[in-house]
Order: sequence, then C-alpha cells, then structure tokens
Amino acid sequence: MDDRGEILALLRENARYTTEDMARQTGLDEDEVEAAIEELEAEGVVRGYQAVVDWDALDEDEERVRATVELNVTLDRETNYVDIADRIAKFPQVRSLRLVSGDYDFDLEVEGDSMQEVSHFVSDKIAVIPEITQTVTHYVMDSYKEQGIEFGDGDDDDRLSVSP
Amino acid sequence: MTFEPADRVDQVPPSGIRRFFELAEEMDDIISLGVGEPDFSAPWAAREAAIASLEQGKTSYTANRGKRELRELIAADVDRRYDLDYDPDEEILVTAGASEGLDLAFRALLNPGDAVAVAQPCYVSYVPGVTFAGGEVIDVPTRAADEFKLTYEVLEASGAAEAEALVYCYPNNPTGATMTEDELREVAEFAREHDLIVFADEIYSELSYEHDHTSIATLPGMRERTVVFNGFSKAYAMTGMRLGYAMAPPEAITAMNRVHQYTMLSAPTTAQHAAIEALQTCGDEVVDMREQYDRRRQFVLSRFEEMGLECFPASGAFYAFPECPWDDANEFAEALLEEERVAVVPGTAFGEGGDGHLRISYATGLGDLKEAMARLESFLE
Repeated sequence: MDDRGEILALLRENARYTTEDMARQTGLDEDEVEAAIEELEAEGVVRGYQAVVDWDALDEDEERVRATVELNVTLDRETNYVDIADRIAKFPQVRSLRLVSGDYDFDLEVEGDSMQEVSHFVSDKIAVIPEITQTVTHYVMDSYKEQGIEFGDGDDDDRLSVSP
Repeated sequence: MTFEPADRVDQVPPSGIRRFFELAEEMDDIISLGVGEPDFSAPWAAREAAIASLEQGKTSYTANRGKRELRELIAADVDRRYDLDYDPDEEILVTAGASEGLDLAFRALLNPGDAVAVAQPCYVSYVPGVTFAGGEVIDVPTRAADEFKLTYEVLEASGAAEAEALVYCYPNNPTGATMTEDELREVAEFAREHDLIVFADEIYSELSYEHDHTSIATLPGMRERTVVFNGFSKAYAMTGMRLGYAMAPPEAITAMNRVHQYTMLSAPTTAQHAAIEALQTCGDEVVDMREQYDRRRQFVLSRFEEMGLECFPASGAFYAFPECPWDDANEFAEALLEEERVAVVPGTAFGEGGDGHLRISYATGLGDLKEAMARLESFLE
C-alpha cells in the first residue's frame, strides 16, 4: 500500500486519529500526513468525516428508524439514472443512494424519527417520481456491523489481564 | 487421608504472574500492559478453516505426531524462513502449544538429577518444567548491560558447563531481547565444547524487528544437539488454539512422542486445520501484525526516553523491559495498578535477573498504549 492508501486506511479506521498518530503509524512526517489529507480532500477522494453510531445504544426516544429501499425505475429518452439520482439525493432523509446491478436499480437508505415518517417519505416523495415504477422498503431491525465496525457489547478484549 | 502435593510440585512456588492477575482482576477500567499474547484475532482464513473443519465433522484424533499435511507445511515453512531442513515424518512433532513441546522435551530427554542451565529472566514455565521432570536448574542470569543476551562469559560464569542441557528463548519473553547470528555463535561454541543439548524456544521468531531471526540449529554442529520449539500462538495470534511444534533429530522426537502419545495423544484437530490454512494463506497478516507491533515498540521506547525511564532497545517479541525506578519492582507495579489502573508485571516474576525491571507488553492498541504511557508518566512525576 502506498502512503496515500495507508492514510486512507487509517482515516477509515478512525477519522479522529491525530496527524501525530498517523505519522507514527505510517512512518511519515506530520507535515506529509497533513499534506496528503489536504490533497485527498481537495481531489474529492475524502468526502467527509462522520461518527459510526449504534442507534440501539441510545435511549428509546432518541433512536432513529432506518430503512433500505429498493427502487425500480423506467427510463425514457429525456431521463437517465443521474437525473433521477440527483432528484432523490437532495432529500435530507436520504442517507445514501447507490445505483446497483441485479433485480432493482437503486439502493436507497432512509432515516427518520419513526416508521411512519419513513413510510410517508417513501410514498409521498419517492414513489411519486414518474420514472419510479416500484419501491420495496426494508426496515432495519438490528445492526451488527456498520462501516467496518462490529457492534458487540463493547468489551472486545477478553484476554486475561495479566498472562505469561 | 488428605491430599498432599508431591515433593516436586511443592518445590515450585506459585507463579508471580498469578498474583498480579488476581490483583488486576479485582479492578475495573484497567489498561493492561501485562498481557503475554497478541491483541489481534487469528487471521480470518485460519478461523474459517477451523469452522469448516468442524462443519465437516473433522473432530477425531489425528496421528500422534500431527496431521502429515501440517508437518509437511511446517517443514517447508521453516526451510524457507530459517534455512532449516527437517523430515516431516521423523523430525517434527505437533504439540498443544510450544509449552507442551518444552514439557515433553524435559520429561523425555532428562533424567532425574540432570542439571539444566536456564537463561534468565525467562518465560515462567521453564524452571517449573525442569523441576517437574526431576531436573536441577542452574540459573544463567543475563544482564541489562549485555542487552539480556546470552554470552560465552555469562554461560561460563554461571556454571552452565556442568549442565546436560541449556534452555533459552530468543526473541525473549520477558525482555524483548534478540540474538544475532554472530552472537548465537558464541552460545553454539559453548554448547559444542561442553556437549550440551539446547532447547531453543523460538516461539517469537516471527517478531524480530531489527534483524532476521536466526535459529541456532542452523549453526555448525548444532542441528544434532538442538530441539527447536515454535508454534502458531504469537505469529498467527492463535494462542487459544494451543498449537505448537518441536523439531529435532529422530531419536529426540521419538522419545518426546512417546510421552506425548500417553498424555496429549494428539494436538487439537480443529487447531491443526486452522494452522494448515494459516501456513498456506496468512503470510500477509503476519507481516501486517509485525509492522503494527514495531510501530508500538518504537512508540513505547520513545515515550520511555521522554520520561527518563531507562530501557535497553528491545528488538523482539512484544515486550519492553525497562528498569524499575523504585527499589522494589513488586511495590511499584502494585502502586501503579492501584493509583493509575495500569497493569505491568514486575521482572521478578521471571526469575533471576528480572529483579529491578518491569515487563511491559505492547500487544495492545496504540490508543490504550498512549493512555497507559500518559498515566505512567504522571505516576512517575
């Protein structure tokens, strides 16, 4: 892996690593790490930094409802996938949107305060788009891993605290 | 009638580590630098091979010496890495961890009363192992001034010439010391001159950061007098799978296998399947883990320097062995645990020569290491 690849891997592991941490782990100078990150951001390779949240760990009234929605579309001469994607991606309820191969066209991730809010959003804002021919909503019941991070009980290290 | 421990058991005091383990277990939120095992999980491919073997119902005993496929892979691996040529049929025994291999060697190759020179400080099992086998231990204290390496002079001064065998471990637990090929030549010369068997524990051979590992069995006249112990615990982070191996001339392996077949019968089958996969496909993970240990090593050594804690430049395994700033390392470790919730192990737990030092394991994530070093620094202030 080259230096940029190593830095990307570290940022994906933990975006809150300091440049000092990353310099130590990559063997680069802090300045080089900073420059590489700026470059990755300027090129649009790194698009943002977010927390990986286990919503189930929050109190019930703070929980968020999430769903993945399968979307099927029918294209015409004037409309292509990007046009439809642009329209859908603008909604703040949409967390992610991907064009996928297989039985359906778009994979949409939606977030809301309640199942009712999510289903109203899908029926009122998404299903009404003329090119969309079908929506299938799958509510997230439980999450075991998000963005490479496993959601366990938070106590991974069950080694003996002192051992030979 | 009451149960009384046999005399040879009574001779062995409880492990010094056990005491700290019990102290640490009573506390919450400790950062432990007292752990002698990798903080990584075994590579996924190895774990998957173990799972698949269970799904396929491969749950019976294997050959006493271990699965032949595994012995062949071990032979090929040590040949490639360390230029060692062993016959998988006659000269390799798969054991339940390198620890079982050492125990077998002590019991199968020593007679009661035989003297065994043990390079110290050392892994906690060597001295009890020799005692359980009826042997007598000759302490060979290695010194911080020699970077805890074995030298001809140290061997001579300790009376090791009178021993039947020499036991050592490099890269070393607890010091993190390694030996270069040139340095090992002195040990080999001593062993040849005084006709010693050598029990070479090379379980940390993959974790040598400053130079390539040399096995003493590759040196002239040493293969025929050496039993080499290695395994999957450290390099492949497979401690809980309990899988090691011993390599030696046929007469030694035959004797060790005789004890093995009446005690262990065969090493864990599931672990053998994992090990086969590990040897075939998990080399990259080993390299990655070594790189991460090395970064942590450099971090820990640089922090010691910043806080004025004397430490020789440990270059192997995942331990540093700084000098204890207090007279009593036990008291220091206890106070550090109680006041700062950082667990380290006093060097005295590892025998002669460990006194006045602390074993610090850096087999823990950089985040925790950083926090532990900050707490250690504030404790020292």
